[in-house]
Amino acid sequence: MFILEKRPTPSKFWAWGTPFLAVVLTMIAGSIMFAVLGKNPFEAIRTIFWDPLFNEQFAAYSRPQLLVKAGPLILIAIGLSLGFRAGIWNIGAEGQYIMGAIFGAGVGLAFYPLDAFYIFPLMVIAGAAGGLLWAMIPAILKTRFSTNEILVSLLLVYVAENILASMSLGLLRNPEGGGFPGSRNLSQYDAAANHELFAGTGMHWGVVAAFIAVIASYILLQRHMLGFQIKLAGQAPRAARFAGVSPNKLVVLCMAISGALAGLAGVFEVSGPAGQISIDFNVGYGFTAIIVAFLGRLNPIGILLAGLLMALTYIGGELAQFMLGLPSAAIQAFQGMLLFFLLAVDLLSNYRIRLMLFAKEAR
Amino acid sequence: MDFYGINPSVLIASLMAASVPIMLAAIGELVVEKSGVLNLGVEGMMIMGAICGFITAVETGSPFLGFLGGALGASVLSLIFVLLTQVFLANQVATGLALTLFGLGLSSLVGQGYVGIKPPATGAIPFGPLADIPFFGRVLFRHDWMVYASIAIIAGVWAVLKFTRAGLILRAVGESHDAAHALGYKVIRIRVMAIVFGGAMAGLGGAYVSLVRVPQWTDGITAGAGWIALAIVVFASWRPWRVLVGAYLFGGITVLQLNLQASNEFPIKIPVEYLAMSPYLITILVLVIMSSGRGRASLNAPASLGQNFHASH
Amino acid sequence: MTRETLLSIEGISKSYPGVKANDDVSFRIGEGEVHALLGENGAGKSTLVKMIYGLVKPDEGKMAFRREGYAPSEPREARSLGVAMVFQHFSLFDALNVAENVALGMDNPPPMRELASRIREVSESYGLPLDPSRLVGDLSAGERQRVEIIRCLLQDPKLLIMDEPTSVLTPQEVEILFHTLRKLAAEGTSILYISHKLEEIKALCDEATILRRGKVVGTCTPREQSAREMAEMMVGATLNAPERAATEPGPVALTVTDLSVASPSAFGTSLKGVGFEVRQGEVLGIGGVAGNGQDELLLALSGEIRTPAETVRIHGRGIGHLGPNERRRDGVCTAPEERLGHAAAPDMSLMENALLSASVRKNLTRRGFIDWQGTRDYAEGVVKTFDVRTPGIGTAARALSGGNLQKFVLGREIMQEPEVIIVNQPTWGVDAAAAAFIRQALLNRAAAGAAVVVISQDIDEIMEIADRFAALNEGRLSEPVPTQGLTIDQIGLMLGGAHGMHDAEVPHHVHP
Repeated sequence: MFILEKRPTPSKFWAWGTPFLAVVLTMIAGSIMFAVLGKNPFEAIRTIFWDPLFNEQFAAYSRPQLLVKAGPLILIAIGLSLGFRAGIWNIGAEGQYIMGAIFGAGVGLAFYPLDAFYIFPLMVIAGAAGGLLWAMIPAILKTRFSTNEILVSLLLVYVAENILASMSLGLLRNPEGGGFPGSRNLSQYDAAANHELFAGTGMHWGVVAAFIAVIASYILLQRHMLGFQIKLAGQAPRAARFAGVSPNKLVVLCMAISGALAGLAGVFEVSGPAGQISIDFNVGYGFTAIIVAFLGRLNPIGILLAGLLMALTYIGGELAQFMLGLPSAAIQAFQGMLLFFLLAVDLLSNYRIRLMLFAKEAR
Repeated sequence: MDFYGINPSVLIASLMAASVPIMLAAIGELVVEKSGVLNLGVEGMMIMGAICGFITAVETGSPFLGFLGGALGASVLSLIFVLLTQVFLANQVATGLALTLFGLGLSSLVGQGYVGIKPPATGAIPFGPLADIPFFGRVLFRHDWMVYASIAIIAGVWAVLKFTRAGLILRAVGESHDAAHALGYKVIRIRVMAIVFGGAMAGLGGAYVSLVRVPQWTDGITAGAGWIALAIVVFASWRPWRVLVGAYLFGGITVLQLNLQASNEFPIKIPVEYLAMSPYLITILVLVIMSSGRGRASLNAPASLGQNFHASH
Repeated sequence: MTRETLLSIEGISKSYPGVKANDDVSFRIGEGEVHALLGENGAGKSTLVKMIYGLVKPDEGKMAFRREGYAPSEPREARSLGVAMVFQHFSLFDALNVAENVALGMDNPPPMRELASRIREVSESYGLPLDPSRLVGDLSAGERQRVEIIRCLLQDPKLLIMDEPTSVLTPQEVEILFHTLRKLAAEGTSILYISHKLEEIKALCDEATILRRGKVVGTCTPREQSAREMAEMMVGATLNAPERAATEPGPVALTVTDLSVASPSAFGTSLKGVGFEVRQGEVLGIGGVAGNGQDELLLALSGEIRTPAETVRIHGRGIGHLGPNERRRDGVCTAPEERLGHAAAPDMSLMENALLSASVRKNLTRRGFIDWQGTRDYAEGVVKTFDVRTPGIGTAARALSGGNLQKFVLGREIMQEPEVIIVNQPTWGVDAAAAAFIRQALLNRAAAGAAVVVISQDIDEIMEIADRFAALNEGRLSEPVPTQGLTIDQIGLMLGGAHGMHDAEVPHHVHP
């Protein structure tokens, strides 16, 4: 029989240990899943976690992809982590990501075919604004009408997806595209393109922004009063009000930051790796970033590592699909499993587990 | 009697059918929330119900077994939520989200071989001459059995919560788990049962989507119905009959916008995408109206909603 | 007087990680006896009664009920034998009505309509009137307790356990309760009465068992012992009354005028036209039974609820519209009742908790960036000056005992040298030594020229340290009167007498 005992102070060891334990457990459970699907589990794990980085045949293509995929995940997850810490649940980052892309691409395409240095910076600003404005809807509804931000931000994802479809079929459709849905390709329009900064690294402006976000959020949480207030509001809302924190201001601020960062991720993606606005532009980064945020324990450094790991599962998953015929949905299930294990083993940092072999039945 | 090619009796009849999935999922979640647990994994459980129900129905040829399979599949998924939140005391919001993400992935994985297949049809109950009554026959007596079953479930949940001791205990646990524990009630056990019931209802709703509404299997088939169900629980301020009203309201909007998409006679041409987003927008609007009227709606919300229980001493 | 033994307890022990809550406890309760279990907070009284009620299982030891072995594995088993319990808190459901609450405490309740009429019947016959259809959240603290008592009485208990029943009652309500309990005892019901209030035990109980740190340290017949002797057995040390330096109060520091505030919580009490003045160097005690607007008053004074500027003034300047940090800058510090979760963040370290309210007055931030070194020094200063027992300032707040955390919280506010300090229930749930320390610290702050407001349910505490007394009743504050010469009856009437018992006019001016 197991007995749970609350620790007086959260365990420092397990705070860092749980993500690793969760990854190991997920690999084990994932192997079982792959075996059930009729794939060799060792080969599948190797293809997902090892080959993209170290297999000579694939690494040249895969390694740069790591940063390309990790960039948006980290950028979005950093923003979400601030809100999650404060108990503000923005789970509609996918929608803010889409709106950022639409706003940014819209500004870029409006200037076509002008060649000017200010176009890309303007797009970046517009992208951040797009995400921010979209996130302001749940934020203001929450502060004004105390409407649940989880439901509103999530429902707005579906609205954003429909706007995306409408844009790629209507307003932003490439007039020279022969009637196919989708906008002009921004990567072929130099003034608006987010090119790779160093050839073969996958490093683009979005990745740079992600690194800046990691550092800024680290400083915010460790050194700044605002970071302290965010943590306080999440852990003890009444104590936060006693400390003079205005809950409404915090909601608006956290939603604004997470929305703007998701919007930035969107504009960097649409002007770089994706290249254009199209119906299937969004691939779920906004949802996967939730896993990244938790896997990184809402800690900036942790999120950086978790983002890289999650990017690896994307690339490895594609590779496994190509090499082993592993269905792409298996990777999605694998990522979901990772979050489960993380949430389960998180218990270890706040509770001590005692195994009672001879439970005393005092009579 | 048509309006721009839309027949009112057909419209009402089809809104009754269209509202079944969210009604079932919402009444299940209502019971879960009444016990003090917030399970945001409704979407994930619904889609697991959709695929499990679909597979069972296709393999056995029986829609009835299909619904059973859907309920079972989703309850099994809800057991993961039980394990994480009730045993491992994980955050309910995060676990619910994980359940949805995992459910979407897993359903698409197990559904690989079932794309493009037609499930066995769930027929309407033969009411004989009743079905031929003008207007009312069309509206009331030409449905499949799940339409009636879902209304019966609402009535059942209402009666149990209002009149029985089990309902009283469930509400008590959701109101204050500490007090319920002090009186000797098994808080965790009661919540586990509520969560599994919620899972089964979401599964039934999901199965109705893949077996009757669409009817076939595609990835992401539930398209946010689970989230709308969550919103309807708030809209209903945790009252069973209002779940019915809410579900019909949203069923009505869905059916209306689908009809408008198809109608050639409607004078204003609204782009498909704007019609398609209308149910979500209206859900948000209703949420705003319900939550701004603070006092009473919030009073009916279970006081321990979303808090984990750990008997320390 | 010899009685048949109803319940005997022999050698009971129970350990929790890090503490031995009960250590070899033995005593017995006779039929129809009112038996007191006396001890400080944390002495192990609650754990002991939870074992008797079947909520907790003992590690060692035996119990016997009417000479039969007794080891209830759940409350239902205890109830079936006739053991009933009235809880200190945590056993009522605000959003359910009285009848539903009663039904939840019974194993085989009759149908609702029949239950409602039985509730009326029993409550009338014991002088505790109750309307079965009212929502429990709307009831006063005294009425809520009646719900619990009636829940027990409907099951014809042989043993009634009462855990600190009077802490939520006015003196008049206490009299009524004692009357009911004496009647029950005369009818043959045994009562296990848990308290740390000595006068009550002397007035009510036949026998007493005294616990200290989980052990039985003595038994006595309360009527034959002086309160002081029992107190010293309970505390294990001689107690000193706080010292008060006689000072002339200075000019008015805090003025509250016509303060009306709607309660932020569904079942809270709104403030209605509250007004008072406090001078420099003066202690104002605000008494009242819990739930009469104490929390709301503190929130309105701390700035967590804002009001029109002129309703709260400091040195004549309106601050009602300001938030907590702006008020701190102006010299107002507060300490809320709930230590964990309101005054302090449970999972944060003492260092972070020091920053929580002291950042403004102690200049712990520079352009928004935190001065961690300064914060550390301040937290260490508080720990040292206020004798907070902790391994270090990196310890999480929730790891501290109630008394130690309260010393930290009070110390954190007092060491900011506020000109006005308002504290709500400063010694609730705190052991006697820490309570004495805290009261002395508040008096010292007053002596240093601050205006002090102490909101407390503990009348003895107010009489001990306050210069003037005012009663908060259903959100209204009486006119403050000097504490000197005030009798317990006058205080009781000011506190609202016995709620709902009779329509006595509550005098707003009590002249000694």
